[in-house]
Amino acid sequence: MLTPPPLEYAVSGGLLIGAAAALLLLLTGRIAGMSGMLATVVRIADAGPPWRLATAFVLGLPLGTFLASTFVRRPDVLITSSVPLLIVAGLLVGFGTRLGNGCTSGHGVCGIGRLSFRSIAATLTFMAMAAATVFVTRHVLGA
Amino acid sequence: MRATVPALISGILFGAGLTLSDMVNPARVLGFLDIAGAWDPTLAFVMGSAVVASTVGYVMSRRARAPLFGSRFFIPENRQLDRQLIGGAALFGIGWGLVGFCPGPAVAGLIYGLWQPWLFVGSMIAGMGLHRVVAGARLRPSAHA
Repeated sequence: MLTPPPLEYAVSGGLLIGAAAALLLLLTGRIAGMSGMLATVVRIADAGPPWRLATAFVLGLPLGTFLASTFVRRPDVLITSSVPLLIVAGLLVGFGTRLGNGCTSGHGVCGIGRLSFRSIAATLTFMAMAAATVFVTRHVLGA
Repeated sequence: MRATVPALISGILFGAGLTLSDMVNPARVLGFLDIAGAWDPTLAFVMGSAVVASTVGYVMSRRARAPLFGSRFFIPENRQLDRQLIGGAALFGIGWGLVGFCPGPAVAGLIYGLWQPWLFVGSMIAGMGLHRVVAGARLRPSAHA
């Protein structure tokens, strides 16, 4: 098991994520949903924010990660998944977030924050499915 | 146009938050999802505090007439649960549980110089395109009906 980051990092990181979503809404009127933003950037979304806005937001993420990793704390990023697994998971996440209109940010952080019934149902569904998937891969198949 | 810089700043804060909280680390995410194993509750605190801050923003937006750099607030108004929502969330959850990446952290993690986030994000965009093709094929005939 990984050493957990200090709790103040988890809480301050979470507050930053939520503050970023609040700021985006109050300044631009848009929901900080990553999957929708990304679909807009690659021009496969029918609705959504202007392309420039979405692209600026999406490019901000790796930039923020770079700044935080350089000046505050670099996480010990560990990815053990194989090539086929990464491809299959990526396809599922891309297809699923478009079909379900959102992911952890749009449904989880923003949708629950405004008590959207759809977002709460979506979040419960993807959390339960993700936990079930981890249970099967780690404890049933023993990968 | 005026909203581009605010969006960039919001994205930077979002990425910084994902990093400080360790959401960018798939091993951490899988540890949180592994309820039957050595459960790592860290991300529950991350999600909880993120929801609190986003709620404050939403409540403030309800009192404002319009966003500072925009014409109006774009808040989804659909209230209906449907098969697409639940089916899509289920597929997303399976993918998330397989490797521990969801869209935000995967894009944020592109900066680390590892090949895995690039492969994942490329596949994710392909999956989005696939949905577009499937949804488009289903929509076109019904346009005549």
